[in-house]
Amino acid sequence: MGKIDREVVTVDLDAESIKKDFPILSNSENNKSLVYLDSGASAQMPQLVIDRINHYHQHEHANIHRGVYDLSEQATISYESVRSTVARFLNVADTSEVIFTKGTTHAINLVAHAFGRTFVRAGDEIVISHMEHHSNIVPWQQLCEEVGATLKIIPISDIGELDMEAYGRLLSERTKIVAVTHVSNVLGTINPIKEMVALAHSKDIPVLVDGAQGAPHMKVDIQDLDCDFYIFSGHKVCGPTGIGILYGKRNWLERMNPYEGGGDMILSVTFEKTTYAEIPAKFEAGTPPIASAIGLGEAIKYLEAIGLERIEKHEKVLTRYATEALTEINGLTVYGTAPNKAGVISFGVKGVHPHDMGTLLSDDGVAVRAGHHCAQPVMQRFKVPATTRASFYLYNTLEDIDRLVSSVRNAKKIFS
Amino acid sequence: MSSKQMYQEVILDHCKKPRNWGQLSNATHKAEGINPLCGDHIWVSMNVVDEKISDIQYEGESCAICMASGSMMTAKVKGKACSEAIDLTEQFRVLTTEEESKVEPSGLGSLAVFSGIRDLPSRVKCALLPWHTLIAAINSQSEISTEGDKDPVPGSGTKKG
Repeated sequence: MGKIDREVVTVDLDAESIKKDFPILSNSENNKSLVYLDSGASAQMPQLVIDRINHYHQHEHANIHRGVYDLSEQATISYESVRSTVARFLNVADTSEVIFTKGTTHAINLVAHAFGRTFVRAGDEIVISHMEHHSNIVPWQQLCEEVGATLKIIPISDIGELDMEAYGRLLSERTKIVAVTHVSNVLGTINPIKEMVALAHSKDIPVLVDGAQGAPHMKVDIQDLDCDFYIFSGHKVCGPTGIGILYGKRNWLERMNPYEGGGDMILSVTFEKTTYAEIPAKFEAGTPPIASAIGLGEAIKYLEAIGLERIEKHEKVLTRYATEALTEINGLTVYGTAPNKAGVISFGVKGVHPHDMGTLLSDDGVAVRAGHHCAQPVMQRFKVPATTRASFYLYNTLEDIDRLVSSVRNAKKIFS
Repeated sequence: MSSKQMYQEVILDHCKKPRNWGQLSNATHKAEGINPLCGDHIWVSMNVVDEKISDIQYEGESCAICMASGSMMTAKVKGKACSEAIDLTEQFRVLTTEEESKVEPSGLGSLAVFSGIRDLPSRVKCALLPWHTLIAAINSQSEISTEGDKDPVPGSGTKKG
Protein backbone atom coordinates (compact mmCIF):
# COMPACT_ATOMS: atom_id res chain seq x y z
CA MET A 1 0.00 0.00 0.00
CA GLY A 2 1.69 3.16 -1.20
CA LYS A 3 1.44 6.63 0.25
CA ILE A 4 -1.67 8.60 -0.65
CA ASP A 5 -1.31 11.10 -3.43
CA ARG A 6 -3.16 14.23 -2.28
CA GLU A 7 -3.75 15.34 -5.86
CA VAL A 8 -5.88 12.32 -6.65
CA VAL A 9 -8.34 13.28 -3.91
CA THR A 10 -8.75 16.89 -4.93
CA VAL A 11 -9.25 16.00 -8.57
CA ASP A 12 -11.90 13.38 -7.90
CA LEU A 13 -13.97 15.14 -5.25
CA ASP A 14 -13.32 18.67 -4.08
CA ALA A 15 -14.09 18.25 -0.40
CA GLU A 16 -12.79 21.74 0.38
CA SER A 17 -15.43 23.22 -1.88
CA ILE A 18 -18.13 20.79 -0.66
CA LYS A 19 -17.39 21.93 2.88
CA LYS A 20 -18.58 25.40 1.89
CA ASP A 21 -22.07 23.96 1.28
CA PHE A 22 -22.30 23.21 5.01
CA PRO A 23 -22.78 26.31 7.16
CA ILE A 24 -21.77 24.63 10.40
CA LEU A 25 -18.43 23.65 8.87
CA SER A 26 -17.69 26.95 7.18
CA ASN A 27 -19.26 29.44 9.57
CA SER A 28 -16.44 31.90 10.23
CA GLU A 29 -17.81 33.02 13.59
CA ASN A 30 -17.26 30.13 15.94
CA ASN A 31 -16.86 26.98 13.95
CA LYS A 32 -14.05 28.03 11.71
CA SER A 33 -11.78 25.48 13.24
CA LEU A 34 -14.29 22.66 13.67
CA VAL A 35 -13.01 19.34 12.38
CA TYR A 36 -16.15 17.24 12.31
CA LEU A 37 -15.35 13.52 12.40
CA ASP A 38 -18.58 12.18 13.87
CA SER A 39 -20.77 11.78 10.79
CA GLY A 40 -21.25 8.14 11.77
CA ALA A 41 -23.38 9.48 14.64
CA SER A 42 -25.00 12.29 12.66
CA ALA A 43 -24.01 14.02 9.44
CA GLN A 44 -24.22 17.78 8.97
CA MET A 45 -26.84 19.40 6.73
CA PRO A 46 -25.96 21.46 3.66
CA GLN A 47 -27.49 24.93 3.33
CA LEU A 48 -29.88 23.84 0.58
CA VAL A 49 -31.46 21.22 2.85
CA ILE A 50 -31.86 23.77 5.63
CA ASP A 51 -33.36 26.21 3.10
CA ARG A 52 -35.77 23.61 1.78
CA ILE A 53 -37.03 22.83 5.29
CA ASN A 54 -37.41 26.54 6.07
CA HIS A 55 -39.23 27.14 2.80
CA TYR A 56 -41.67 24.39 3.63
CA HIS A 57 -42.39 25.91 7.04
CA GLN A 58 -42.70 29.41 5.64
CA HIS A 59 -44.76 28.71 2.52
CA GLU A 60 -46.02 25.15 2.25
CA HIS A 61 -47.05 23.73 5.60
CA ALA A 62 -50.36 21.92 5.99
CA ASN A 63 -51.21 18.40 7.04
CA ILE A 64 -50.97 15.80 4.32
CA HIS A 65 -53.49 13.26 3.00
CA ARG A 66 -56.34 15.26 4.58
CA GLY A 67 -57.29 18.70 3.35
CA VAL A 68 -58.82 19.30 -0.05
CA TYR A 69 -57.46 22.84 -0.15
CA ASP A 70 -54.45 23.79 -2.25
CA LEU A 71 -51.92 24.03 0.55
CA SER A 72 -52.64 20.53 1.82
CA GLU A 73 -52.67 19.09 -1.69
CA GLN A 74 -49.29 20.68 -2.35
CA ALA A 75 -47.82 19.42 0.96
CA THR A 76 -49.04 15.93 0.08
CA ILE A 77 -47.43 16.11 -3.35
CA SER A 78 -44.10 17.31 -1.89
CA TYR A 79 -44.14 14.63 0.80
CA GLU A 80 -45.08 11.81 -1.57
CA SER A 81 -42.49 12.88 -4.12
CA VAL A 82 -39.81 12.07 -1.54
CA ARG A 83 -41.02 8.49 -1.60
CA SER A 84 -40.14 8.38 -5.29
CA THR A 85 -36.79 10.05 -4.62
CA VAL A 86 -35.97 7.39 -2.02
CA ALA A 87 -37.12 4.62 -4.37
CA ARG A 88 -34.73 5.94 -7.03
CA PHE A 89 -31.94 6.34 -4.44
CA LEU A 90 -32.22 2.67 -3.42
CA ASN A 91 -33.25 1.41 -6.88
CA VAL A 92 -36.59 0.18 -5.60
CA ALA A 93 -39.09 -0.56 -8.40
CA ASP A 94 -42.31 -0.37 -6.40
CA THR A 95 -42.62 3.00 -4.59
CA SER A 96 -45.24 1.60 -2.16
CA GLU A 97 -42.49 -0.52 -0.65
CA VAL A 98 -40.87 2.64 0.78
CA ILE A 99 -42.16 3.47 4.27
CA PHE A 100 -41.37 6.60 6.25
CA THR A 101 -40.31 6.00 9.85
CA LYS A 102 -38.82 8.12 12.61
CA GLY A 103 -35.39 6.65 12.00
CA THR A 104 -33.44 3.41 11.87
CA THR A 105 -34.28 2.37 15.44
CA HIS A 106 -37.98 2.95 14.87
CA ALA A 107 -37.88 1.01 11.61
CA ILE A 108 -36.16 -2.02 13.16
CA ASN A 109 -38.65 -1.99 16.00
CA LEU A 110 -41.43 -1.83 13.43
CA VAL A 111 -40.20 -4.97 11.70
CA ALA A 112 -39.41 -6.78 14.96
CA HIS A 113 -42.99 -6.16 16.07
CA ALA A 114 -44.93 -6.40 12.83
CA PHE A 115 -42.93 -9.25 11.27
CA GLY A 116 -41.97 -10.86 14.58
CA ARG A 117 -45.46 -11.01 16.05
CA THR A 118 -46.82 -12.37 12.77
CA PHE A 119 -44.22 -14.97 11.85
CA VAL A 120 -42.04 -15.85 14.86
CA ARG A 121 -43.14 -18.52 17.34
CA ALA A 122 -41.73 -20.37 20.34
CA GLY A 123 -38.72 -22.47 19.38
CA ASP A 124 -37.89 -20.33 16.33
CA GLU A 125 -34.54 -18.63 15.86
CA ILE A 126 -33.44 -15.18 14.79
CA VAL A 127 -29.91 -14.70 13.45
CA ILE A 128 -28.02 -11.45 14.06
CA SER A 129 -24.28 -10.73 14.17
CA HIS A 130 -21.76 -9.87 16.87
CA MET A 131 -21.18 -6.44 15.29
CA GLU A 132 -24.73 -5.11 15.52
CA HIS A 133 -25.68 -1.73 16.95
CA HIS A 134 -27.88 -2.06 20.05
CA SER A 135 -30.85 -1.03 17.91
CA ASN A 136 -30.45 -4.22 15.89
CA ILE A 137 -30.07 -6.36 19.01
CA VAL A 138 -32.54 -5.17 21.62
CA PRO A 139 -35.77 -5.27 19.54
CA TRP A 140 -34.98 -8.88 18.57
CA GLN A 141 -34.11 -9.79 22.14
CA GLN A 142 -37.43 -8.36 23.29
CA LEU A 143 -39.22 -10.33 20.59
CA CYS A 144 -37.43 -13.55 21.61
CA GLU A 145 -38.35 -13.07 25.25
CA GLU A 146 -41.95 -12.40 24.36
CA VAL A 147 -42.54 -15.37 22.06
CA GLY A 148 -39.95 -17.82 23.37
CA ALA A 149 -37.62 -17.69 20.37
CA THR A 150 -33.80 -17.78 20.48
CA LEU A 151 -31.24 -15.27 19.26
CA LYS A 152 -28.28 -16.73 17.35
CA ILE A 153 -25.12 -14.71 16.86
CA ILE A 154 -22.80 -14.77 13.83
CA PRO A 155 -19.28 -14.51 15.30
CA ILE A 156 -16.66 -12.05 14.03
CA SER A 157 -12.95 -12.51 13.42
CA ASP A 158 -10.06 -10.58 14.96
CA ILE A 159 -9.99 -8.17 12.03
CA GLY A 160 -13.72 -7.60 12.34
CA GLU A 161 -15.20 -9.71 9.56
CA LEU A 162 -18.24 -11.94 9.86
CA ASP A 163 -17.49 -15.66 10.06
CA MET A 164 -19.35 -16.72 6.92
CA GLU A 165 -18.93 -20.43 7.57
CA ALA A 166 -20.52 -20.05 10.97
CA TYR A 167 -23.27 -17.98 9.36
CA GLY A 168 -24.08 -20.82 6.99
CA ARG A 169 -24.22 -23.27 9.89
CA LEU A 170 -26.55 -21.02 11.91
CA LEU A 171 -29.24 -20.98 9.22
CA SER A 172 -31.75 -23.75 9.81
CA GLU A 173 -35.40 -24.55 9.33
CA ARG A 174 -35.98 -22.82 12.69
CA THR A 175 -34.47 -19.52 11.45
CA LYS A 176 -37.26 -17.03 10.79
CA ILE A 177 -35.21 -13.95 9.88
CA VAL A 178 -31.61 -12.73 9.57
CA ALA A 179 -30.99 -9.15 10.76
CA VAL A 180 -27.54 -7.85 9.94
CA THR A 181 -25.80 -4.53 9.54
CA HIS A 182 -24.61 -3.40 6.11
CA VAL A 183 -21.61 -1.58 7.63
CA SER A 184 -20.38 -1.85 11.22
CA ASN A 185 -20.63 1.50 13.01
CA VAL A 186 -17.56 0.61 15.09
CA LEU A 187 -15.33 -1.53 12.89
CA GLY A 188 -16.27 -0.07 9.52
CA THR A 189 -16.54 -3.54 7.99
CA ILE A 190 -18.72 -3.69 4.87
CA ASN A 191 -20.55 -6.99 5.08
CA PRO A 192 -21.12 -9.22 2.02
CA ILE A 193 -24.87 -8.59 2.03
CA LYS A 194 -25.60 -9.95 -1.42
CA GLU A 195 -23.93 -13.24 -0.61
CA MET A 196 -25.63 -13.43 2.79
CA VAL A 197 -29.05 -12.77 1.27
CA ALA A 198 -28.54 -15.42 -1.42
CA LEU A 199 -27.57 -17.99 1.20
CA ALA A 200 -30.56 -17.15 3.42
CA HIS A 201 -32.95 -17.15 0.47
CA SER A 202 -31.75 -20.60 -0.55
CA LYS A 203 -33.37 -21.67 2.71
CA ASP A 204 -36.38 -19.35 2.33
CA ILE A 205 -35.23 -17.08 5.14
CA PRO A 206 -35.80 -13.32 4.77
CA VAL A 207 -33.02 -10.82 5.52
CA LEU A 208 -33.24 -7.39 7.14
CA VAL A 209 -30.30 -5.06 6.52
CA ASP A 210 -29.51 -2.21 8.92
CA GLY A 211 -28.26 0.33 6.40
CA ALA A 212 -27.72 3.24 8.80
CA GLN A 213 -23.99 3.22 7.99
CA GLY A 214 -24.44 1.88 4.46
CA ALA A 215 -26.86 4.02 2.46
CA PRO A 216 -25.11 7.32 3.32
CA HIS A 217 -21.75 6.12 2.07
CA MET A 218 -22.23 3.92 -1.00
CA LYS A 219 -24.63 3.23 -3.82
CA VAL A 220 -27.27 0.80 -2.56
CA ASP A 221 -29.10 -1.22 -5.19
CA ILE A 222 -31.99 -3.06 -3.54
CA GLN A 223 -32.81 -5.09 -6.64
CA ASP A 224 -29.23 -6.29 -6.79
CA LEU A 225 -28.91 -7.03 -3.06
CA ASP A 226 -32.37 -8.63 -3.06
CA CYS A 227 -32.74 -8.17 0.70
CA ASP A 228 -36.24 -8.21 2.17
CA PHE A 229 -35.89 -5.13 4.37
CA TYR A 230 -33.40 -2.25 4.16
CA ILE A 231 -33.35 0.57 6.67
CA PHE A 232 -31.58 3.90 7.05
CA SER A 233 -31.84 7.28 8.83
CA GLY A 234 -32.30 10.74 7.36
CA HIS A 235 -29.81 12.48 9.63
CA LYS A 236 -26.96 10.26 8.51
CA VAL A 237 -27.46 11.19 4.83
CA CYS A 238 -27.17 14.96 5.43
CA GLY A 239 -30.89 15.24 6.16
CA PRO A 240 -32.69 16.17 9.38
CA THR A 241 -33.39 14.01 12.44
CA GLY A 242 -36.77 12.40 13.06
CA ILE A 243 -37.08 10.75 9.67
CA GLY A 244 -35.94 7.37 8.43
CA ILE A 245 -36.72 4.86 5.74
CA LEU A 246 -37.88 1.28 5.81
CA TYR A 247 -37.82 -0.52 2.50
CA GLY A 248 -39.74 -3.79 2.67
CA LYS A 249 -40.78 -6.30 0.06
CA ARG A 250 -44.49 -6.01 -0.69
CA ASN A 251 -44.93 -9.73 -0.15
CA TRP A 252 -43.86 -9.38 3.51
CA LEU A 253 -45.34 -5.97 4.26
CA GLU A 254 -48.79 -7.03 3.10
CA ARG A 255 -48.80 -10.06 5.37
CA MET A 256 -47.50 -8.18 8.42
CA ASN A 257 -49.89 -6.62 10.93
CA PRO A 258 -49.56 -2.87 11.51
CA TYR A 259 -47.09 -1.74 14.19
CA GLU A 260 -48.92 1.37 15.37
CA GLY A 261 -52.58 2.19 15.02
CA GLY A 262 -54.13 5.60 14.42
CA GLY A 263 -55.02 8.07 11.73
CA ASP A 264 -53.79 7.69 8.16
CA MET A 265 -53.30 3.93 8.37
CA ILE A 266 -56.94 2.86 8.02
CA LEU A 267 -59.53 2.34 5.32
CA SER A 268 -62.50 2.43 7.67
CA VAL A 269 -63.10 2.40 11.40
CA THR A 270 -66.17 1.38 13.35
CA PHE A 271 -66.24 0.38 17.02
CA GLU A 272 -66.63 -3.21 15.86
CA LYS A 273 -63.84 -3.38 13.31
CA THR A 274 -61.05 -1.46 11.62
CA THR A 275 -59.93 -2.17 8.08
CA TYR A 276 -56.34 -1.20 7.46
CA ALA A 277 -55.04 0.83 4.56
CA GLU A 278 -52.79 -0.62 1.88
CA ILE A 279 -49.03 -0.26 2.15
CA PRO A 280 -47.26 2.07 2.70
CA ALA A 281 -50.01 3.93 4.64
CA LYS A 282 -50.64 0.82 6.78
CA PHE A 283 -47.32 1.46 8.53
CA GLU A 284 -47.54 5.25 8.74
CA ALA A 285 -49.98 6.00 11.56
CA GLY A 286 -50.39 9.62 12.58
CA THR A 287 -49.07 12.85 11.13
CA PRO A 288 -45.52 12.23 9.97
CA PRO A 289 -42.58 14.66 10.25
CA ILE A 290 -43.47 16.25 6.91
CA ALA A 291 -40.75 18.88 6.90
CA SER A 292 -38.12 16.30 7.81
CA ALA A 293 -39.26 14.02 4.99
CA ILE A 294 -39.03 16.87 2.51
CA GLY A 295 -35.58 17.76 3.88
CA LEU A 296 -34.52 14.14 3.44
CA GLY A 297 -35.61 14.25 -0.21
CA GLU A 298 -33.48 17.34 -0.75
CA ALA A 299 -30.49 15.72 1.00
CA ILE A 300 -30.71 12.65 -1.20
CA LYS A 301 -30.80 14.79 -4.34
CA TYR A 302 -27.74 16.65 -3.08
CA LEU A 303 -25.80 13.39 -2.53
CA GLU A 304 -26.92 12.03 -5.89
CA ALA A 305 -25.75 15.18 -7.65
CA ILE A 306 -22.27 14.65 -6.20
CA GLY A 307 -22.49 10.91 -6.79
CA LEU A 308 -22.47 8.10 -4.24
CA GLU A 309 -19.67 6.30 -6.06
CA ARG A 310 -17.45 9.37 -5.79
CA ILE A 311 -18.33 9.81 -2.12
CA GLU A 312 -17.46 6.19 -1.44
CA LYS A 313 -14.16 6.51 -3.25
CA HIS A 314 -13.32 9.74 -1.41
CA GLU A 315 -14.00 8.11 1.96
CA LYS A 316 -11.83 5.14 1.06
CA VAL A 317 -8.93 7.49 0.33
CA LEU A 318 -9.49 9.34 3.61
CA THR A 319 -9.69 6.06 5.52
CA ARG A 320 -6.49 4.73 4.02
CA TYR A 321 -4.68 8.00 4.64
CA ALA A 322 -5.91 8.22 8.25
CA THR A 323 -5.15 4.57 8.97
CA GLU A 324 -1.59 4.95 7.74
CA ALA A 325 -1.00 8.13 9.74
CA LEU A 326 -2.65 6.89 12.93
CA THR A 327 -0.90 3.52 12.99
CA GLU A 328 2.44 5.30 12.89
CA ILE A 329 1.67 6.45 16.43
CA ASN A 330 3.28 4.19 19.00
CA GLY A 331 0.79 2.33 21.20
CA LEU A 332 -2.17 3.05 18.94
CA THR A 333 -4.44 0.14 18.01
CA VAL A 334 -7.07 0.28 15.27
CA TYR A 335 -10.09 -1.97 15.93
CA GLY A 336 -11.50 -3.28 12.68
CA THR A 337 -9.04 -3.82 9.86
CA ALA A 338 -11.13 -5.68 7.31
CA PRO A 339 -9.94 -5.12 3.73
CA ASN A 340 -13.43 -4.03 2.66
CA LYS A 341 -14.01 -1.14 5.00
CA ALA A 342 -16.00 2.11 5.07
CA GLY A 343 -14.93 5.48 6.50
CA VAL A 344 -14.93 4.51 10.16
CA ILE A 345 -11.80 4.19 12.31
CA SER A 346 -12.09 3.05 15.92
CA PHE A 347 -8.90 3.21 17.88
CA GLY A 348 -7.34 3.13 21.30
CA VAL A 349 -4.07 4.55 22.56
CA LYS A 350 -2.25 2.68 25.29
CA GLY A 351 -2.48 4.58 28.57
CA VAL A 352 -5.14 7.03 27.39
CA HIS A 353 -8.79 6.28 28.14
CA PRO A 354 -11.00 6.94 25.07
CA HIS A 355 -13.10 9.45 26.99
CA ASP A 356 -10.02 11.42 27.96
CA MET A 357 -8.93 11.25 24.33
CA GLY A 358 -12.31 12.57 23.16
CA THR A 359 -12.24 15.45 25.64
CA LEU A 360 -8.68 16.45 24.70
CA LEU A 361 -9.41 16.26 20.96
CA SER A 362 -12.44 18.47 21.56
CA ASP A 363 -10.09 21.06 23.05
CA ASP A 364 -8.44 21.22 19.63
CA GLY A 365 -11.78 21.50 17.83
CA VAL A 366 -11.72 17.88 16.66
CA ALA A 367 -15.13 16.24 17.17
CA VAL A 368 -15.00 12.45 17.47
CA ARG A 369 -17.13 9.89 19.26
CA ALA A 370 -15.81 8.18 22.38
CA GLY A 371 -17.55 5.35 24.12
CA HIS A 372 -19.07 1.99 23.32
CA HIS A 373 -20.88 3.34 20.23
CA CYS A 374 -24.08 1.52 21.22
CA ALA A 375 -22.32 -1.70 20.37
CA GLN A 376 -21.22 -3.15 23.71
CA PRO A 377 -20.87 -6.71 22.34
CA VAL A 378 -18.21 -5.39 19.94
CA MET A 379 -16.36 -3.82 22.90
CA GLN A 380 -16.56 -7.16 24.74
CA ARG A 381 -15.28 -8.98 21.66
CA PHE A 382 -12.19 -6.78 21.50
CA LYS A 383 -11.88 -6.60 25.32
CA VAL A 384 -12.00 -2.83 25.61
CA PRO A 385 -14.42 -0.69 27.66
CA ALA A 386 -14.67 1.90 24.90
CA THR A 387 -12.91 3.23 21.82
CA THR A 388 -12.40 6.58 20.16
CA ARG A 389 -14.03 6.69 16.73
CA ALA A 390 -13.40 8.99 13.81
CA SER A 391 -15.91 8.70 10.97
CA PHE A 392 -15.65 10.46 7.63
CA TYR A 393 -17.98 11.93 5.08
CA LEU A 394 -17.91 13.82 1.81
CA TYR A 395 -16.97 17.13 3.43
CA ASN A 396 -13.88 15.83 5.21
CA THR A 397 -10.46 16.71 3.86
CA LEU A 398 -6.95 15.37 4.26
CA GLU A 399 -6.27 18.48 6.37
CA ASP A 400 -9.02 17.36 8.77
CA ILE A 401 -7.17 14.09 9.19
CA ASP A 402 -3.85 15.84 9.70
CA ARG A 403 -5.50 17.82 12.52
CA LEU A 404 -6.89 14.61 14.02
CA VAL A 405 -3.52 12.89 13.94
CA SER A 406 -1.65 15.82 15.43
CA SER A 407 -4.29 16.19 18.16
CA VAL A 408 -4.04 12.48 19.02
CA ARG A 409 -0.27 12.86 19.26
CA ASN A 410 -0.66 15.85 21.58
CA ALA A 411 -3.12 14.02 23.81
CA LYS A 412 -0.71 11.12 24.03
CA LYS A 413 2.07 13.50 25.02
CA ILE A 414 0.03 14.84 27.94
CA PHE A 415 -0.22 11.33 29.33
CA SER A 416 3.37 10.29 28.71
CA MET B 1 -9.41 26.79 32.08
CA SER B 2 -9.24 24.53 29.03
CA SER B 3 -9.64 20.78 29.46
CA LYS B 4 -6.02 20.48 28.49
CA GLN B 5 -4.93 22.65 31.41
CA MET B 6 -7.20 20.73 33.75
CA TYR B 7 -5.70 17.47 32.56
CA GLN B 8 -2.19 18.79 32.93
CA GLU B 9 -2.87 19.90 36.48
CA VAL B 10 -4.65 16.81 37.77
CA ILE B 11 -3.18 14.11 35.61
CA LEU B 12 0.50 14.79 35.83
CA ASP B 13 0.30 14.30 39.54
CA HIS B 14 -2.55 12.05 40.59
CA CYS B 15 -2.86 9.76 37.60
CA LYS B 16 0.74 8.83 37.46
CA LYS B 17 1.06 8.53 41.24
CA PRO B 18 -2.39 7.77 42.62
CA ARG B 19 -2.56 8.20 46.40
CA ASN B 20 -3.85 5.44 48.69
CA TRP B 21 -3.99 2.99 45.79
CA GLY B 22 -5.20 -0.52 46.57
CA GLN B 23 -7.76 -2.35 48.67
CA LEU B 24 -7.59 -2.69 52.45
CA SER B 25 -7.56 -6.34 53.43
CA ASN B 26 -9.49 -5.85 56.66
CA ALA B 27 -11.81 -3.07 55.64
CA THR B 28 -14.79 -2.37 57.85
CA HIS B 29 -16.58 -0.65 54.99
CA LYS B 30 -16.23 -1.10 51.25
CA ALA B 31 -18.10 -0.52 48.01
CA GLU B 32 -17.76 -1.02 44.28
CA GLY B 33 -18.59 1.72 41.80
CA ILE B 34 -19.49 1.18 38.16
CA ASN B 35 -20.18 3.58 35.34
CA PRO B 36 -21.52 1.15 32.74
CA LEU B 37 -21.57 3.78 30.02
CA CYS B 38 -17.82 4.25 29.90
CA GLY B 39 -16.61 1.16 31.71
CA ASP B 40 -15.25 2.89 34.82
CA HIS B 41 -15.05 0.27 37.55
CA ILE B 42 -13.63 1.15 40.97
CA TRP B 43 -13.43 -0.01 44.58
CA VAL B 44 -13.29 2.05 47.76
CA SER B 45 -12.38 0.33 51.02
CA MET B 46 -12.13 1.96 54.46
CA ASN B 47 -11.55 1.36 58.11
CA VAL B 48 -14.03 3.34 60.17
CA VAL B 49 -13.31 3.69 63.87
CA ASP B 50 -15.59 5.77 66.09
CA GLU B 51 -17.35 7.25 63.05
CA LYS B 52 -13.98 8.36 61.72
CA ILE B 53 -12.24 7.22 58.50
CA SER B 54 -8.96 6.04 59.93
CA ASP B 55 -7.79 4.53 56.63
CA ILE B 56 -9.03 4.50 53.06
CA GLN B 57 -7.87 2.96 49.81
CA TYR B 58 -9.04 3.27 46.27
CA GLU B 59 -8.43 1.09 43.22
CA GLY B 60 -9.90 0.50 39.80
CA GLU B 61 -9.86 0.84 36.06
CA SER B 62 -11.09 4.14 34.81
CA CYS B 63 -10.47 7.26 32.80
CA ALA B 64 -8.05 9.88 34.10
CA ILE B 65 -10.73 12.17 35.49
CA CYS B 66 -12.22 9.39 37.61
CA MET B 67 -8.80 8.21 38.73
CA ALA B 68 -7.56 11.65 39.75
CA SER B 69 -10.83 12.45 41.48
CA GLY B 70 -10.57 9.19 43.47
CA SER B 71 -6.96 9.74 44.37
CA MET B 72 -7.56 13.28 45.59
CA MET B 73 -10.69 12.19 47.42
CA THR B 74 -8.85 9.60 49.50
CA ALA B 75 -6.21 12.15 50.46
CA LYS B 76 -8.95 14.60 51.41
CA VAL B 77 -11.15 12.39 53.57
CA LYS B 78 -8.54 10.25 55.29
CA GLY B 79 -8.69 10.98 59.02
CA LYS B 80 -11.97 12.84 58.74
CA ALA B 81 -15.28 11.98 60.38
CA CYS B 82 -17.81 10.22 58.15
CA SER B 83 -20.13 13.19 58.53
CA GLU B 84 -17.40 15.49 57.20
CA ALA B 85 -16.81 13.16 54.23
CA ILE B 86 -20.51 13.28 53.42
CA ASP B 87 -20.41 17.06 53.62
CA LEU B 88 -17.36 17.23 51.32
CA THR B 89 -19.10 14.95 48.83
CA GLU B 90 -22.02 17.36 48.68
CA GLN B 91 -19.61 20.27 48.20
CA PHE B 92 -17.91 18.38 45.38
CA ARG B 93 -21.26 17.65 43.73
CA VAL B 94 -22.19 21.33 43.85
CA LEU B 95 -18.77 22.29 42.49
CA THR B 96 -19.05 19.99 39.50
CA THR B 97 -22.74 20.25 38.66
CA GLU B 98 -24.24 23.53 39.87
CA GLU B 99 -23.89 26.98 38.34
CA GLU B 100 -20.74 28.80 39.35
CA SER B 101 -22.67 31.39 41.37
CA LYS B 102 -23.99 28.69 43.69
CA VAL B 103 -20.54 27.41 44.58
CA GLU B 104 -19.39 28.77 47.91
CA PRO B 105 -15.81 28.87 49.06
CA SER B 106 -15.37 25.44 50.53
CA GLY B 107 -13.00 23.06 52.14
CA LEU B 108 -12.25 21.25 48.91
CA GLY B 109 -8.86 22.90 48.41
CA SER B 110 -7.01 21.52 45.40
CA LEU B 111 -10.13 19.61 44.33
CA ALA B 112 -11.38 22.97 43.03
CA VAL B 113 -9.56 22.07 39.82
CA PHE B 114 -12.61 19.93 38.98
CA SER B 115 -14.85 22.98 38.59
CA GLY B 116 -13.98 22.84 34.86
CA ILE B 117 -15.95 19.59 34.62
CA ARG B 118 -19.13 21.66 34.78
CA ASP B 119 -18.53 22.56 31.13
CA LEU B 120 -18.12 18.89 30.18
CA PRO B 121 -21.45 17.39 31.25
CA SER B 122 -20.62 14.05 29.67
CA ARG B 123 -17.66 13.72 32.05
CA VAL B 124 -19.32 14.76 35.31
CA LYS B 125 -20.15 11.17 36.19
CA CYS B 126 -16.49 10.22 35.84
CA ALA B 127 -15.49 12.78 38.48
CA LEU B 128 -18.40 11.91 40.79
CA LEU B 129 -18.11 8.12 40.72
CA PRO B 130 -15.44 7.82 43.47
CA TRP B 131 -17.44 10.11 45.74
CA HIS B 132 -20.65 8.21 45.26
CA THR B 133 -18.76 5.01 45.91
CA LEU B 134 -17.40 6.60 49.09
CA ILE B 135 -20.95 7.36 50.24
CA ALA B 136 -21.99 3.82 49.37
CA ALA B 137 -19.10 2.49 51.44
CA ILE B 138 -20.02 4.70 54.39
CA ASN B 139 -23.59 3.40 54.11
CA SER B 140 -22.15 -0.07 53.48
CA GLN B 141 -23.93 -0.60 50.19
CA SER B 142 -21.94 -3.12 48.28
CA GLU B 143 -22.32 -1.69 44.80
CA ILE B 144 -23.15 1.67 43.30
CA SER B 145 -23.95 2.48 39.71
CA THR B 146 -24.13 5.84 37.98
CA GLU B 147 -27.28 4.78 36.15
CA GLY B 148 -30.97 4.49 36.87
CA ASP B 149 -32.24 5.61 40.27
CA LYS B 150 -28.68 6.14 41.43
CA ASP B 151 -27.87 8.56 38.62
CA PRO B 152 -26.20 11.53 40.33
CA VAL B 153 -26.94 13.80 37.40
CA PRO B 154 -29.92 12.48 35.43
CA GLY B 155 -29.74 13.26 31.76
CA SER B 156 -26.14 14.41 31.79
CA GLY B 157 -24.49 11.10 31.14
CA THR B 158 -22.14 9.94 28.49
CA LYS B 159 -23.91 9.79 25.19
CA LYS B 160 -26.17 6.80 25.24
CA GLY B 161 -26.79 4.57 22.30
